[in-house]
Amino acid sequence: MSITPSSDYIIPKLKAETIVSLIRKGVRASGRGLEDFRELDIVTNYIPNADGSAFVKLGNTQVIAGVKLELGTPYPDTPNEGAIVVSAEFVPAASPLFEPGPPDENAIELARVIDRSLREIKAIDLGKLVLIPGKRVWVVWIDIYVLDHDGNLIDASSIATLAALLTARVPKAEVEGEEIRVDKSEYTGPLPMNRKVVTVTIGKIDKIMLVDPDIEEETVLDTKLVIAVSDDERIAGLQKSGMGALDKNEVLKMTELAMKKGKEIIEIVEKSIEASTRGASAEQTARKSREDSEDTDMKGENEEETSQ
Amino acid sequence: MGRKKAQSENRELVIPGQLIAEGEFKVATPNYIYRVGNRYYSAVVGLAEVTEDSLTVIPLEGFYYPSPGDVVIGVIRNVGITSWEVDIRAPFPATLYAADFLGRPINPAKEDLSDYLNIGDVVLAKVEVFDRTRDPILTTKGKGLGKVTKGSVIEISPVKVPRVIGKKGSMHQTLESETGCRITVAKNGRILVECPNKQLEEIVVLAVRKIEREAHIPGLTDRIKEFILKEKVRRGLLGGEQGGETEAV
Amino acid sequence: MVSKEEKPKLFRDDGLRHDGRRPDELRPIKMQVGVLKNANGSALVEYGKTRVLAAVYGPREPQPKHISLPYRAILRCRYHMAPFSTHERKSPAPSRREIELSKVIREALEPIVISEMFPRASIDIFIEVLNADGGTRTTSITAASLALADAGIPVRDLVTGVAVGKVDGVIVLDIDEVEDMYGEADMPIAAAPSLGKITLLQLNGVLTPSEFEEALDLAMNGIQEIYKIQREVLKTKYLKAKVEE
Repeated sequence: MSITPSSDYIIPKLKAETIVSLIRKGVRASGRGLEDFRELDIVTNYIPNADGSAFVKLGNTQVIAGVKLELGTPYPDTPNEGAIVVSAEFVPAASPLFEPGPPDENAIELARVIDRSLREIKAIDLGKLVLIPGKRVWVVWIDIYVLDHDGNLIDASSIATLAALLTARVPKAEVEGEEIRVDKSEYTGPLPMNRKVVTVTIGKIDKIMLVDPDIEEETVLDTKLVIAVSDDERIAGLQKSGMGALDKNEVLKMTELAMKKGKEIIEIVEKSIEASTRGASAEQTARKSREDSEDTDMKGENEEETSQ
Repeated sequence: MGRKKAQSENRELVIPGQLIAEGEFKVATPNYIYRVGNRYYSAVVGLAEVTEDSLTVIPLEGFYYPSPGDVVIGVIRNVGITSWEVDIRAPFPATLYAADFLGRPINPAKEDLSDYLNIGDVVLAKVEVFDRTRDPILTTKGKGLGKVTKGSVIEISPVKVPRVIGKKGSMHQTLESETGCRITVAKNGRILVECPNKQLEEIVVLAVRKIEREAHIPGLTDRIKEFILKEKVRRGLLGGEQGGETEAV
Repeated sequence: MVSKEEKPKLFRDDGLRHDGRRPDELRPIKMQVGVLKNANGSALVEYGKTRVLAAVYGPREPQPKHISLPYRAILRCRYHMAPFSTHERKSPAPSRREIELSKVIREALEPIVISEMFPRASIDIFIEVLNADGGTRTTSITAASLALADAGIPVRDLVTGVAVGKVDGVIVLDIDEVEDMYGEADMPIAAAPSLGKITLLQLNGVLTPSEFEEALDLAMNGIQEIYKIQREVLKTKYLKAKVEE
């Protein structure tokens, strides 16, 4: 059963009034522009045991998306496709509002919105994840872990998911008749992706729209619209979230704004991955030369020890 | 002052969200009408009454919302140490303090409240206090208020209470005079009926149900008069003959 | 279960949809109010074969008391599908989908309930999907809105829902389950028709911005048509009452 939330993040009335009056003047308490995202940090390949992962810090909101590929059976109506499963956990560490236990309606909503944003647009090329047609396929498990809640969990999670998927790799699997041997220490290649998608959340107070609301702004908003934007400039999902209402023109304005911002965010994700890949190969070179010189050092140490 | 414009004809059936009038009006029933700027909308399914300067919506469905001063018929739900919890068919349970009911302070150590009023007992009381911050508090200090020991209680939809009372009490008077029963109509949709015999009590019940069903159709008072007459004839109660248990024809 | 690869024909040779409807045509819609004795308000609504029962209790004291709010009534909303309502039996335990839909349906009704009138009380909305053939959440909202009015709970407006979709490239109104499963987009939307305010908006699928605008317009028109039926059914309950002889 869904109940009107009563333990929302409580901010002092005077503070709330200040935030609202500033917004009405087109200014945000943090000094941000109405259409600006907060500072965004993305670290990919964050979790060594995952097949793909990304840590995202959006302002003070922190989330990790982990991608793991496991063998599974395909859905009966898509026997020649891999599968996606998205879940989200709002860990109690992330906020005084989060209680331990199974995912609540907000965590479920977040996971399902992200799931839908990937599905219809076929962001992941599931057709390339079949091992034994009709019987065994790769299931892409996407787990979103919210570590610190400072507002706009959906966009932070969506960015982390995209970055994790774009850097995920498929483990080696050898098919011998009906048997499959998986070797997780080797990868055959990147996770096949068709499209890139992110969500852009736009909040509304009176007639004013703001992008990427932080947690205090979220408590004073009338309502939010989450728009999933694809790299081919289509709307890949929508979710009006929260208690208020929107008229038709507001909806159209918000989607237009989201299309613009979504494109920017996708570019930031792409650039960040590019930078870390360059960084990674630079590291590899550096590591190799360190190893070479280490051999010399270790030899040196041995000699020292013997002499003691 | 803006131009006044009535959108609804008198006694027109309106639904939530329907525009009733535009301009400056006094709202007689603020619970059932809401205002945006100078436009007034109905918040419920009901009958709209628009006069020169006031708007009323009489709901056709609804529940009882307490108001200080209301006379209510309550049923004891729980017995406490110094008070009783009373069901008055409102969104919140009401409280009746023992000190109020007994007219003197009580000693909880020595006295058991269930000796005075127990679960299921009926009281006639007045709402003394009720505001946004706490549940209603009842008082039984007043003429005729207190524990009810005789008669029957009928429950009707609270929005039909005005119809059972009628304009200037006309319907209420008709019911009492035609049946010879004493009828107390409480604001919270409960009616206390005390009749000389069971047959008359039954007629009152049927008449009240008829009022409930036909509340919005004009000419009701006359129809009820006719109905009671017919019922009395059917049961052979006319002319004051054998006021007792007569076989229904 | 038909494989997604064996897609049925969604449009007939004569250009009409698989069930004979035009792209902008609604399914046959039926509504009744006051169908339950116990609930304070109730409604039974059908869009084609989708059938939903909504019941409202309240305003009443919430249990437990501590979930109440001091300045307004809370809404509690449960969307639930009966086990026999779907093709394959659905387990009675709440699914993630039902949990999400309970939330978005509650949020679709919150803006219209004048909840400040009943501090500390609870208004409970129970939705049971009896037969599912696409558009269950929008049918549910239409039914819940009627049930609230039937209970006499003061509301700013009714709320009316309909799902539009994109099927074989065509934007269509009031999609059924087949069209939802095999179409390219499914967009449920609900609005307060007199106020012109959208209170539920979701999209599962992909649309270009111009397709989206077309779908939005088609939906708002469909909502006005369905609203007329809601109005009728509320008024008919009283207009039909006859003087008994």
